[in-house]
Parts: sequence; structure tokens; C-alpha cells
Amino acid sequence: MESSLERAKIEIENKFSTIKINKIINYLVPVLLPLFFLVFWQLLSLTVDNSIILPTVNEVVEILIHPMKNLLSMGSIYSNVAISVVRVGIGYLLAAVLGIPLGILIGYSEKIEELTMTFLNLFRPIAPLAWVPLVLAWFGTASLASFFGFNSGVLYVFFSNIKSAMIFIIFIGAFYPILTNSIYGVKSVRKILIDSTLTLGASKKDILLKVLLPAALPSIVTGLRIGLGIAWMCLVSAEMLPGSIAGIGYLINHAYTVARTDIVIAGMIAISCVGGLFNYLFIIIEKKFFKWQRLSN
Amino acid sequence: MDKVIEITGVNKIFTSQKNQQIKALEDINLSIKNHEFVCIIGPSGSGKSTLLRLMAGLVPPTSGSVEVMGQSIETPISKASMVFQQYSLLPWRNVIDNVAFGLEIRGVSKEERYQVADQILKKFGLDGFNESYPYELSGGMKQRVAIARSIATSPDIIYMDEPFGALDAFTRSNMQQELRDFWLDDKRTIVFVTHSVEEAVFLGTRVIVMSSRPGCIIKDFNVDLPYPRDKWNEKFGSYVKELTDLMNNINSKAL
Repeated sequence: MESSLERAKIEIENKFSTIKINKIINYLVPVLLPLFFLVFWQLLSLTVDNSIILPTVNEVVEILIHPMKNLLSMGSIYSNVAISVVRVGIGYLLAAVLGIPLGILIGYSEKIEELTMTFLNLFRPIAPLAWVPLVLAWFGTASLASFFGFNSGVLYVFFSNIKSAMIFIIFIGAFYPILTNSIYGVKSVRKILIDSTLTLGASKKDILLKVLLPAALPSIVTGLRIGLGIAWMCLVSAEMLPGSIAGIGYLINHAYTVARTDIVIAGMIAISCVGGLFNYLFIIIEKKFFKWQRLSN
Repeated sequence: MDKVIEITGVNKIFTSQKNQQIKALEDINLSIKNHEFVCIIGPSGSGKSTLLRLMAGLVPPTSGSVEVMGQSIETPISKASMVFQQYSLLPWRNVIDNVAFGLEIRGVSKEERYQVADQILKKFGLDGFNESYPYELSGGMKQRVAIARSIATSPDIIYMDEPFGALDAFTRSNMQQELRDFWLDDKRTIVFVTHSVEEAVFLGTRVIVMSSRPGCIIKDFNVDLPYPRDKWNEKFGSYVKELTDLMNNINSKAL
């Protein structure tokens, strides 16, 4: 009797320890490859033994753990990332403000779709980078400071760092994913939802605001997430434009010209982290607010 | 006003994507009186759903006239509502906000519309689910909520397009009884599309049989049985048999 109890106890304990081990494995699996990569990088850099070609992991980490340190007298990683975030923020906001309403209208009305889609599709295949020469011809190095008419003061310093050409490149990058997802969101609303709302006595305005918009919202947010990712990717190309004297993209480009590969890599990691953070924020929003979408059907 | 719905000489032709003309309804003449429970049955493709959508104002007729409550119908009217076979609740709204949706559109205050919705939900045995979302409900409960939603605006006419078609037999039978009791309690005009002969005879004061494409009315009669109806009753059985034979006849002709 007692021995069977004992056996059961041991069995349960064993089971618990397997669960624990499984949990640890679950946490470990995703970081395995990055760890391997770091070890490989470190070994390779020690073999190469030339920090211009490949700096060691610790050299790069050294820069990253001091994000406030002034680098190459161009400001810290932190301040350069901040400038970049503001630039992306402005271009991205413009893309959202234009892309979401336009997308909803196109999804809603076939006439507007016929009117606009050919025109919009003409520009879709043009990579944001391909706009650079034209955009430079248009805006040159003009900044938002001259656009708003600030000639001095704090606002001048702030806005002079934000060139119109950069905003345009970032805008183009973010615009199409936001637009396409908004259109798709409205178009994929099940017709039965519209019909049933009509039979409840709804007007066109009710249909738009109370059915199409909320139904399309998850897709719109997905568009915003993808758009932000692409806007962030367009940043480096935007910051390599002439007239740029700050920003994380400029920092790594400049670090390259002075052969500071460690700063280049540290900057790249910073870009990856910020981009990952953006993405993560949106995924949290999607999970929190659009539970109904994943669980419906 | 005795006649609620008056359909005269209605034809409906759809144009398919390949530009083919499909005759869905041919020369439909039908008049429905106040407080009738009319069941429309017919094989698939008989245009019975199209006929219902015409009455509801969701699609216009190709020719002929559809008058509801004395007015020619162009868009859905606020004195009617509709329940669909597919789940049609707004998935981002919880149960009470779905049921109160029609009142919300009419500009009824939140307090008032919640009160109405709450009462109806209690009546349909859904109390305790006010805050639940459609994805948390079973198929039968979703349809209960959809019916509750269609009633919340106190319409004179309720159109039902195979509302129990997607439910299992047991739930279906329960819902039929609930709907019957609701209607006996609180008379309105109900037009109910189904492809189940038994359901039609169990519920309807009147049954209309439609033939396959092009859909036209081939039989229209009153079910002369008192409510509540017993499905094992002999007369009930003879109605079912007669209708089933008729439906089989249509189907074999269609093949």
C-alpha cells in the first residue's frame, strides 16, 4: 500500500520535473541560433583579427551598453536613434493620415477604386530608393524649418534636422502597405454583415462607421505595422541623402567612412532593436483589441 | 389594413459574371395578411431567398411591384427586420450591443436600449451572456441572439431566411418551439424561408411551395391545424407526406 503511494509520489515528482525541463527548453529554443551566431561571430573575428573587417562581439557590446556616449563627435547612439524616430514618425504619420481614409474610400466605392487604382498602381513598383534623385531635385536639402519659416531658436534646430526629402522617402515606403491593407480590410467585410445591418434600418453612414470601419480595423492595424517596418527600413537610405548630419542611418554611414566597423555594427543592432520594438508594440495591440477576429469563424 | 405585403407580377433576372441571364423568379403574385406566419419552401435554386430579399428591400425586382405596408419598397424599412441563415452578428460587439444595435441606429439612448435588449435576452434564455462575444457562443445561441436583435426594434414584419438551417436537429427543434411560442404570444407577420417540409408545417399558418428555376409559386395553402402542433399527429403527417411528395416531384422534374 505504502510502496504504491510512494511510487505515485515519485511519478508525480518526475512529471513535474519533466514539465519544468520542457519549460526551460521552450525558452531556450528561440535563442539557440542567435547564441550560435554570436559564438561564430566571436571566433571568426578572433581569427580575422582585424577590427575594421570584423570587430569582436565585446567591442560592439561595449558601444551598445553606453548608448549615451558621444561617438565620432556626432552625438550618442541614443540621440541619433531619437532623431531617426522623429523623422520616421513624421513621414509615417503622413502616410497613415493619407493612406487609411483613401484606402477605406477605395474599398467602399467601386467608382473611386476605378478612378484611383490605375494611377496609384503606376507608382507602387517604384522602390522608395529610386525616388531619391528626383526628390533631391525637388527639395534639395530644404528642411521642415524652412517649410514652416523658422529661422532661429529651438524649433529651428529641431526642424532643420528633418529634411523634406527624407520625409518623402519614408512616406512613400509606408504609404502603400497602409493603403493596400485598408482597402483589403474594407473589401473583405462579409456581405451578410452589411445586409443584416441594412435590414436593421442603417443608413450609408452607419454602414461605413459602424460596420466597415470596425470590421476593417484589424487589417488597417496590420497595414500600420507593416508600414512602420518598411518606413523604418527606408530610413537608412533617407539618411544617406545629402544634407543629413544626424540620425542612426547617417551615423553608420559616417562610421564606415572613418573605418569604425564596430560603430557600424552597433548602429545596425540599434536599428534592429527599435524596429523589433515597433513590431512588438503593434502585435500587442492586435492581440489585445482584435481577439474577436482570431476567434471568429 | 389587412394586407401587409402585396407582390404583383414580379420577375427577377440576375446577370451572371459570364453575362448569362438567369431567371430567378417568374411572375410571382403573392399577398400576405397581417399576423400570418408564412413559410416558403422549395428546392435550392427556387429563388425563395431571393423572394424574401425582394420583400425586405435588399434587392430590387427586374419588373413588377413589391408593396410592403402600402408602400412600394426600395430599401429596407424600419418596420421590418430580418434573420439570416449565416451568422450575421457583428463579431466585435458583445451580445447586448448586438441586440441593441438596431435601436442604436435609431438614436435611442444607451440606458433605454440596454433595458429593451436586456428584457429580450432574458425572454430568450440568454441572461448572463450580455457581455459575451459571438465567438464565445454556440451556433444555436448565435441564432437566438440574431432573432433577439431582429425583435428589439419591435418590427411588424420579421423575415427569416432559413434561420435554423445550420443547427443540429435537437437545437433546431427547440428553436422552432421557442419561435412558435414567441409568435403565439406576440403576434406579428413572419415570412419564413426553409427547405424543411416538417418545419414549415410545424410553424406556418400558411405554406407556399416554389418550383425550381425559374422560381414560381406552385402551391399556396393554409395549414388547418391548431397550435401547438404535434409532429406525431395524423393530420400533421398527411400534410408532411403531401408536401414531401410534391417536393420530390419537383426535384425529379428538375433532374
